[in-house]
Amino acid sequence: MLRLDGLRVRLGDFALAADLEIAPGARVAVLGPSGAGKSTLLGAIAGFVPLAGGRVLLDGRDLSATLPGARPLSMLFQDHNLFPHLSAEDNVALGLKPSLRLSAAERAEVAEALARVGLEGYGTRRPADLSGGQQSRVALARALLRRRPLLLLDEPFAALGPALKADMLALVRAILDDTGATLMMVTHDPADARAIAAQALVVAGGRARGPMALGPLLDAPPADLAEYLGTGG
Amino acid sequence: MGDGGSPARGASDLRSAAARLGPAGGLRPPDPPPDPRARRWPVAPVAGGAVAALLVVLSLGSLAAVAWRAEGWAALGPADWAAVRFTLLQAVLSATLSVLLAVPVARALARRTFPGRGVLITLLGAPFILPTLVAVLGLLAVFGRNGIVSQGLGLLGLPPLQIYGLTGVVLAHVFFNLPLATRLLLQGWLAIPSERFRLAGALGFSRGAVFRHLEWPMLREMAPGAFLVIFLLCLTSFSVALTLGGGPRATTVELAIYQAFRFDFDLSKAALLALVQFALCAVAAALALGVALPSGTGAGLDRPLARHDLRPGGALAGWDAVVIALAALFLLVPLAVLIGRGAPMVAGLPAAVWVAAARSVAVALVSVALCIGFALALALAIQRARGLAARGLETVGMIALAASPLVIGTGLFILVFPWVDPARLALPVTALVNAAMALPFALRAILPALRQAEATQGRLADHLGLTGSARLRLVILPRLRRPMGFAAGLTGALSMGDLGVIVLFAEREGATLPLQLYRLMGAYRSDDAAGAAVLLLALALAIFWAFDRGGRAHAAT
Repeated sequence: MLRLDGLRVRLGDFALAADLEIAPGARVAVLGPSGAGKSTLLGAIAGFVPLAGGRVLLDGRDLSATLPGARPLSMLFQDHNLFPHLSAEDNVALGLKPSLRLSAAERAEVAEALARVGLEGYGTRRPADLSGGQQSRVALARALLRRRPLLLLDEPFAALGPALKADMLALVRAILDDTGATLMMVTHDPADARAIAAQALVVAGGRARGPMALGPLLDAPPADLAEYLGTGG
Repeated sequence: MGDGGSPARGASDLRSAAARLGPAGGLRPPDPPPDPRARRWPVAPVAGGAVAALLVVLSLGSLAAVAWRAEGWAALGPADWAAVRFTLLQAVLSATLSVLLAVPVARALARRTFPGRGVLITLLGAPFILPTLVAVLGLLAVFGRNGIVSQGLGLLGLPPLQIYGLTGVVLAHVFFNLPLATRLLLQGWLAIPSERFRLAGALGFSRGAVFRHLEWPMLREMAPGAFLVIFLLCLTSFSVALTLGGGPRATTVELAIYQAFRFDFDLSKAALLALVQFALCAVAAALALGVALPSGTGAGLDRPLARHDLRPGGALAGWDAVVIALAALFLLVPLAVLIGRGAPMVAGLPAAVWVAAARSVAVALVSVALCIGFALALALAIQRARGLAARGLETVGMIALAASPLVIGTGLFILVFPWVDPARLALPVTALVNAAMALPFALRAILPALRQAEATQGRLADHLGLTGSARLRLVILPRLRRPMGFAAGLTGALSMGDLGVIVLFAEREGATLPLQLYRLMGAYRSDDAAGAAVLLLALALAIFWAFDRGGRAHAAT
């Protein structure tokens, strides 16, 4: 269970507070207007944004003082998810061992993860030689290999076209079914949210609220969300 | 007040302490946020700090050593004041002429396309790695007493040119710095958005109006920085003054330090002059840092142009062609003449020259290793540090811009003299000082690339727990290959061609190639000198090319 205990972030004039719990294995869409702090919330959980107060707990363990690399979670950013000078294989292998000195068994694991995301035989290619969708697949293969109990997606598929995005979401769903990980996914698109999440957090007005059931929320959004979604009257 | 540790803490102290916890702080003050940077580079602060300390000791410590050994403070004599005046005069003249002459050249290059333009612009970067003595010999071959121009004047019954003195020093400095100024101003010209020239064309601007509204504002911004950079470079010029200046009327402060030390062993005078030189450079460097300094790397200077304010052909095109041709001739003819004279001599050079060449290559390679190691350690420490510490480290990295190699050399000589025969340390000291002198340029190349790598890849590396050597090997070094190759090439070429600190330390034996060349010039063995100069030029260019190419070949882009 992920617990944000009195979490507070302050960056200049910007402030964000969250006090909530997310059940293990839950799939949660993070919704809200631009600039409200959706990415900041994920960054705070992942350890990139310093906390002004409160704690981040995963299964009872306080992560507040843990370095980003040691937190039991995987995150996909909006961009720069791959090292451009390393092959797809190496980019995935970093999820196992930062030293990249792999045993034969570990190499096989890497190849298997690449095969799982449909990139069999693409291991030696560099990101520049892969399409945008393939690059996302490499990043997902690494997340799959890391098998962390929490997966944070900060709009990594925003630059992809609708069909590719649907492919990626299907792949994420398969990975979650496989690993049983908890998902938090920032998105601007209600359809994306519906495709994968059952619950939602709403980040607006300096607070993160939720989780609440996604369907009813999108059917009858509160004023601040409605204005953003363009569904309000 | 009140919570300053007074023995009688009252209720108000408790209240204020509670208030500081804040409403949401609860009983426990919030944990300090973990700083991922703290554990990215466990060794960086130690290594960076050691390099910074070494640089401070080299520049300020050697100055202190000179001052310490000075016996009594003699006042500056008339000859010393003359050296100060000459130093400032030649630096002002050289910088002014370089920038003024660069304006028409840069403008012509900015608005014309012609075959060979890219090559010419690349060549404009070459004087930076050109060994000083090579250029001096080339200039002598054209403008010297027996040079081409004097011979032409002789045919007309006119007396030959007098190059030695102020004329020669300024001529050599303009030769070196006109290309630099041209590149800096060309950057300014190409940074003017082409839409503005399109607008100027649409509004039917005259040449004067284009200059007034588009070009002059750019020049007002760029020219002072270019002037200061060149002024600073000319202030510390030693080998040009050594070979083309000299005598009571054309001695720079650097040259006066050398003479006080080498000929009179007058340490008090050397110390005093060293302090004067340091003060001059520090003031100039501080001014230069205050003005927005143009960066010298000049990427993308040969990109295609889109100028809609120009009509093809006409007198303007003819003028531009003349300007470009004159500049190219001024830069290329001295080198061409020297190469023509020297190339046939290379094969017959005496063994001592070849030995000196091998020594110089070894010194240059050690210098490269030291400089790149220093730059990397310092850059990682700067990247990790924050605020004042980062700025302090960066300033220390640039300190060599204000330090004088002659002062450093004199100080080191005094420090090692009681313990070791300085001649035995000539080569290691030369390699070390060359590395320190090239460090500002290496740091300028590497630091932005490191910042860029951390800005784009740092978060992912943090997320994956990449620290220490794995982070360096997998994330940082692959992104730094290109600037590191460039910096290594620059350092190697500068070290290869340097005639500075070595003249203080070396005895008859153990000369580097530039020193050997200087001795050949002094002995009027002009054929051997020309041959040695061509060899020196070839080696300096080869070292630069090898490192720069090596960095590009495997660069991760």
